[in-house]
Amino acid sequence: MKKSPSSTKRVDPRKNYLATRKAIGYVDRKDAKESDYQRIGFMSGLEVHQQLKTKEKLFCRCPAGVFHSNNNYHAEVIRHMRPTLSELGEYDGTALMEFKTKKEITYRLNNATTCTYEIDDTPPFPINREALEYALEISLLSKLNIVGEVHITRKQYLDGSIPTGFQRTAILGVEGEIQISNKRIGLIQLSIEEDSCREISDIGHKRIYKTDRLGMPLIETVTHPECLTPDELREAAEYIRFLNRSTGKVRTGMGAAREDVNVSCKGGTRIEIKGVSHNRWIPELSHIEAFRQWALLNIRKVLLSRLSNPNSWSTTYKEIDPKELGIENETLLAMHEQGYVVVAALLPHFGGLISHFTQPGKCFISELTDRLKVIACIEKPNITSPEDIDAPLLGNDTAILESLLKADENDAIVVFWGPKEDIPTAKDTITERCQMAFEGVPRETRRPLPNGTTLFERVLPGADRMYPDTDSAPIPLANDYIQRLSKNIPTDVAERYKQMKEWNIPADTHSYLLKKNLLPVIESLVNLGLTGQFAGIFLGHRLKFVEGQVPAHPDFSHSRIVDMFKFLAANKLDKSLAKLMLPVVYRHPNMDFESVLTSIGFKRRSKDELLAPVNYLVEKFKEITICNKPTPVTTQNWVMGQLHKQALGNISLSELRNSINKNVENN
Amino acid sequence: MEDIFQGYKGKALEVLKKFNVRVWGKTIIDTTRGEFRGTVLPRAENDDDQHIVIKVDTGYNVGIDIVTINSMKEVGYSKATYKIPEKEFPYKEGQPFVKLLGTGGTIASRLDYRTGAVIPAFSPGELYGAVPELADICNLSTEKLFAVFSENMEPEQYKALAIAIGKEIENGIDGIIIGHGTDTLSHTAAALTFMVQNPPVPIVLVGSQRSSDRPSSDAALNLIHAAYTAGHSDIAEVMVCMFGPTSDEYGFLHRGTRVRKMHSSYRSTFRTIGNTPLATVSRINGVKPIIENYNHRRKDRKVNILPYFEEKVTIVYYYPNMQPDIIDSLVDNGYKGIIIAGTGLGHINKPLYPAIRRATEKGVHIYMSVQTLWGYAHMYVYDTGRDLMAAGIIPAENMLPETAYIKLGWALGQTTDREEVKRLMLTPINDEITKKEPYNGYLVYQGGVPEVEEFIKKVRK
Ligand SMILES: [Zn+2]
Repeated sequence: MKKSPSSTKRVDPRKNYLATRKAIGYVDRKDAKESDYQRIGFMSGLEVHQQLKTKEKLFCRCPAGVFHSNNNYHAEVIRHMRPTLSELGEYDGTALMEFKTKKEITYRLNNATTCTYEIDDTPPFPINREALEYALEISLLSKLNIVGEVHITRKQYLDGSIPTGFQRTAILGVEGEIQISNKRIGLIQLSIEEDSCREISDIGHKRIYKTDRLGMPLIETVTHPECLTPDELREAAEYIRFLNRSTGKVRTGMGAAREDVNVSCKGGTRIEIKGVSHNRWIPELSHIEAFRQWALLNIRKVLLSRLSNPNSWSTTYKEIDPKELGIENETLLAMHEQGYVVVAALLPHFGGLISHFTQPGKCFISELTDRLKVIACIEKPNITSPEDIDAPLLGNDTAILESLLKADENDAIVVFWGPKEDIPTAKDTITERCQMAFEGVPRETRRPLPNGTTLFERVLPGADRMYPDTDSAPIPLANDYIQRLSKNIPTDVAERYKQMKEWNIPADTHSYLLKKNLLPVIESLVNLGLTGQFAGIFLGHRLKFVEGQVPAHPDFSHSRIVDMFKFLAANKLDKSLAKLMLPVVYRHPNMDFESVLTSIGFKRRSKDELLAPVNYLVEKFKEITICNKPTPVTTQNWVMGQLHKQALGNISLSELRNSINKNVENN
Repeated sequence: MEDIFQGYKGKALEVLKKFNVRVWGKTIIDTTRGEFRGTVLPRAENDDDQHIVIKVDTGYNVGIDIVTINSMKEVGYSKATYKIPEKEFPYKEGQPFVKLLGTGGTIASRLDYRTGAVIPAFSPGELYGAVPELADICNLSTEKLFAVFSENMEPEQYKALAIAIGKEIENGIDGIIIGHGTDTLSHTAAALTFMVQNPPVPIVLVGSQRSSDRPSSDAALNLIHAAYTAGHSDIAEVMVCMFGPTSDEYGFLHRGTRVRKMHSSYRSTFRTIGNTPLATVSRINGVKPIIENYNHRRKDRKVNILPYFEEKVTIVYYYPNMQPDIIDSLVDNGYKGIIIAGTGLGHINKPLYPAIRRATEKGVHIYMSVQTLWGYAHMYVYDTGRDLMAAGIIPAENMLPETAYIKLGWALGQTTDREEVKRLMLTPINDEITKKEPYNGYLVYQGGVPEVEEFIKKVRK
């Protein structure tokens, strides 16, 4: 007969989560002050990815920007990835981790967008010169030092996102800068590279990708980690996005621009949050990540206070049969029932740390469950603990495990499960992550979630994964070529901000105007004799409004707006008509402007024609205002109201009012 | 003395010397395009003398145009040693002994700055470092016979290989792997089939289509398959072991006489022509024969090594309007054997006939193979064919042109007697001529056929 053991005193996970959250001084972002970021030493930078608007891909002649649904494919190819040495003779950490996961990767190929190059059955064709030129223009605009010779480099990716196992990439410039509102942010480099596959699914040991996006030209702008608050970081991201768009040679829309956000706190490490597709997510993500690191540093402090020599730390694993042990937890019973191996682990000195706050709604156990999923390929849920803040093991079960593992209250217990063949990797993964807790923040890349928290994605790759591309020759960039390119680059974004101020364009339109690259349009309108302010408001308010109301036509381009104002000027029609015409022009960009006028019910009238009914209207107003004696002002306003619509476009409204006023006064 | 300016020449070398900066020196370069910092790398021999290559901190390489350089300063030095981690290949009791003979193919490789290309790694320790799975398959030892590119594998090497194989068999090896570049892999395979007859163990030629410096290389899987075949398969023949489909799934074992490289870059480039491959091989299912009739593994050490080759043999690829002087000049230059790759069933045009006749009279041995690759030379079907045979051309049945070339060289290396050469040529040693072509020996499907498209979608390539 088994003696039912009694549980030692254990922390209440939920309470402990809240207490540790408070202990490290976590504040929500809406309450965070600059001093909070100074306190934790917030530091961050960006890697901004931007697709270029070329017709073809970077190293083959497949079309760029054509996309397929997941099931629209003609063939499948399978690959496995194996780490190779970097140029400097080292294996990369990520590479080895990915190799450990032993993924089988399937690519779905569609003939329309994929040839033998994408699937690595033929070497690269010479680099797409159109893409290279666009990227160089953006490099010049970013004030980078342009290289003398472009060397294509292979950057290893063993996750399978590129079938070769590496991305072909090359640096075009180093050490540039951008000017945000209160400071300059240095740029480390700009590179041109091929985009990766889009993931369809990743379950267990099988990952499926599609290759439509693979090989599309992309640039990556990397900043120094000089942003000291989440807001500065967002501003820098916006600036770079506007700069890229100001050339008119980049793609827009879903996934065309993605940010990797690098964050660290004082004593932490550079963590890369990969593939943030909306700039508005950046502040929350970076805020939470900095505090996650701050929390991990606190865990480290506690651990070191309990155990001075981390090298002596080790875990004990026991494979268990929950039913036989009398465990009641339904998940454990079910997992064992379906044939999974269930393992109980004793984590000495981790008592109270498994439920330690790491991110809003998450505790240290998340660090373990994420790694079990990614490295050992065990789908979630894959772990639990008496300290789980969502579904903890209860007292009885805990007591059984404590006695089994001989745990005291300073120790933590976790239980994980998975297919038999994945258990050795799972054990290594748990041991490794716990050992890292003594060091602080492990180097890794993380995947962003919309709520601002992040998931472990993979170990952060180092420079060790770079290798010269032996399939391509270096490309020289002669001085006269670079000089010719620098003559054609658009105006600086910082300069654009100044310009908008000078034109008195309201600040609420600035982001929109830059995002849509409308400053060149404003310039054209100014050249037609309009004021910058009018043009700015017309585009920043009216066009933005129309875009939100009217379905877009693929043929619409902003030059059509310039044409519209040219038409009005040429026909001596007043510019106020543009406001009414815009929704029609936006929806039917190929309609001629005369027809647009007809469709909005516009009729041409001379000033005399327009003013002819004034006397009649004055009399009529007297008739309808029996109670209140009309004053000249009320009369003028009423008449104005009656004639306003017909006058629109024929004469300016101020001219109309002047004429009416004169008429009424003379009456 | 160590070359401190590896690969630099001309003007770029002058600049390095002027500013006293070495290869592997950490340098700050002031240029008219701004400042650059990094480690100076060696330069590939064929690149120009207008640029200096540096590796910047982020691991990328960039070139600096020397005309933009104002000054350079060396601020440190750190030389990289590029080395595949060498781990001792573990010996496991009970596993077969396999010998890997190296010729210069790329199984595992490292960077060669001189050419900018990759050079192969080879020792068992290096291979174990790169492909640790090998240790679970066999006890591997290696010997580097030569280090040549595939296109430089020639009769001298064939003979040396055959003799080396004979020695290994004599010494009791359980299987042999030959690492080889892929371009002329099938020529070597044919040569070894003729030179190493009736072997008691598998002899497996293997290469890789994608260099092993890339994570998706086929090298490791091919090597694993080859090691498995050499160590464990029952098929004691000369075989080529390369990818079956382009996917990382299984390999094919091809008979050395019927195999051909059919695509310039695909992984699944090797195909058996005019028959099915001999077998499939994978780690999960082992070696599964497709052709049931093969030479079985034996315990004895008997093998017939025939290392002979006459080098004055050639292939003539016929085209319309070929002039007789092509044949004449071969004869006048002392060629002793000619393989013609003729059109259709084995044809060439009339104006060549006198030249053929003259060649035969001068003792040149001429055999007819077909450009179509698939199918037999049937020279009886038309009068023209009969005329050609009368002129001295002997149809080589369905021998592949390259195989026929190798075989004629091998035969003429032993005798010049017309009848004896003919007997050697037309007596198949291992299916270089087959009695019949099976219905599935010719399957060249065409994309666009709806049924084929359906098949491609369902079955992984
Ligand atoms: Zn392509």
